[in-house]
Amino acid sequence: MAMEMRLPVARKPLSERLGRDTKKHLVVPGDTITTDTGFMRGHGTYMGEEKLIASVAGSVERVNKLICVKALKTRYIGEVGDIVVGRITEVQQKRWKVETNSRLDSVLLLSSMNLPGGELRRRSAEDELAMRGFLQEGDLISAEVQAVFSDGAVSLHTRSLKYGKLGQGVLVQVSPSLVKRQKTHFHDLPCGASVILGNNGFIWIYPTPEHKEEEAGGFIANLEVISRLRNCIISLVTQRMMLYDTSILYCYEASLPHQIKDILKPEIMEEIVMETRQRLLEQEG
Amino acid sequence: MAGLELLSDQGYRVDGRRAGELRKIQARMGVFAQADGSAYIEQGNTKALAVVYGPHEIRGSRARALPDRALVNCQYSSATFSTGERKRRPHGDRKSCEMGLQLRQTFEAAILTQLHPRSQIDIYVLQADGGTYAACVNAATLAVLDAGIPMRDFVCACSAGFVDGTALADLSHVEEAAGGPQLALALLPASGQIALLEMDARLHEDHLERVLEAAAQAARDVHTLLDRVVRQHVREASILLGD
Repeated sequence: MAMEMRLPVARKPLSERLGRDTKKHLVVPGDTITTDTGFMRGHGTYMGEEKLIASVAGSVERVNKLICVKALKTRYIGEVGDIVVGRITEVQQKRWKVETNSRLDSVLLLSSMNLPGGELRRRSAEDELAMRGFLQEGDLISAEVQAVFSDGAVSLHTRSLKYGKLGQGVLVQVSPSLVKRQKTHFHDLPCGASVILGNNGFIWIYPTPEHKEEEAGGFIANLEVISRLRNCIISLVTQRMMLYDTSILYCYEASLPHQIKDILKPEIMEEIVMETRQRLLEQEG
Repeated sequence: MAGLELLSDQGYRVDGRRAGELRKIQARMGVFAQADGSAYIEQGNTKALAVVYGPHEIRGSRARALPDRALVNCQYSSATFSTGERKRRPHGDRKSCEMGLQLRQTFEAAILTQLHPRSQIDIYVLQADGGTYAACVNAATLAVLDAGIPMRDFVCACSAGFVDGTALADLSHVEEAAGGPQLALALLPASGQIALLEMDARLHEDHLERVLEAAAQAARDVHTLLDRVVRQHVREASILLGD
């Protein structure tokens, strides 16, 4: 059996290699942002003794009179219209509780879910009893945010054919701040797999439906593609790059010369992500 | 007695430090990818690892939910190989519970709990060589910052002792074991507010002022270091993300 051993090595931080600096105003908790009382305070700040003080470590964002501090990493904060991928944690009386990497569990009401056959009627007691037949604890779903409650909890709906229970595939959990907001979050990549980039940081990779010969066959044939995509996404996230369809695709193409298991090694990861960065810069410029 | 001088005539301690000097501190944030926030700190030979999960939905008994604030939960656990003699029970024993409660008290004062329903902080100590409470608090501060949980200010902690009329800052295991008075102080540096002050030994009240001042100064020095670590981390992440 082949074994590989690695010794710890001090690597130069990637930011030095990029050779650029940030123009943002960075703060840590306890820092005074401003003493001017004309500003409104937003998230990540609090008022203390006539001064506006930061409460998280991040960059200051100013929009006219509103000052807020955007933290590096937070839990998902729901906004209406976002696509999320979540896991059912509880089946309650008329709703399901869905875990979506946010501060409170999200809620999927029975009335927000389409009945089989597409009928439109009031949900009855039999529908309630049959809830577990639709979704059980541990199932993964894709849904859209319908509303946000006052305490920050999010209400989901699956009133469209593209949302619903997810079948075979791989889930990757990343920080929500790394998923770029785009017009669509369902992407069919040319390599044979499809990806759902949930705004809450849950990314679902699955074989593109047309390529499925039979139920089980499709998954096995695309397993390598899916594994490679998963490793590429993890390497992009480790190097703090924004995730969207183009960056994932470029990263996939840059990783083709390497073996799938090598992608997660630090040096190869840096090399692949560097190449991706360059290609993205060329494409923009 | 084979005099182990804690403070020599020239003013040097057992490990060569001066009375008010801290041990070497090294810290890193974001050591675990799977936790919301994590940090590792080394203060001399004491190494502490802190991991933060949250804020998240209350698991288990929903009755513990506070309607207006978050619930902070701290667990202290020390590795069996952390002390000179191998410890039998890593957690659940009296000292760990007490430490957990103290940490919880400290962080409830610093975290702005009105903004979320619940957070959970787990703290783990790898090697204990004196000043475990201080190292735990410092590690936990960094981990909470890494998780993006809003805090009033940093919480910086340091221990202090009193030998031969001089207040010593940042005690090592040897100095703690010598049996003199020891004070553990957790401070919010910007406002100078004390989050926790603990002492369990006999100290004459005339000396309390000096020992307290030495601990406060040491905590402020720790703050300078932690501040630098956090700024570096934020700057690096900011550069990588791009503008």
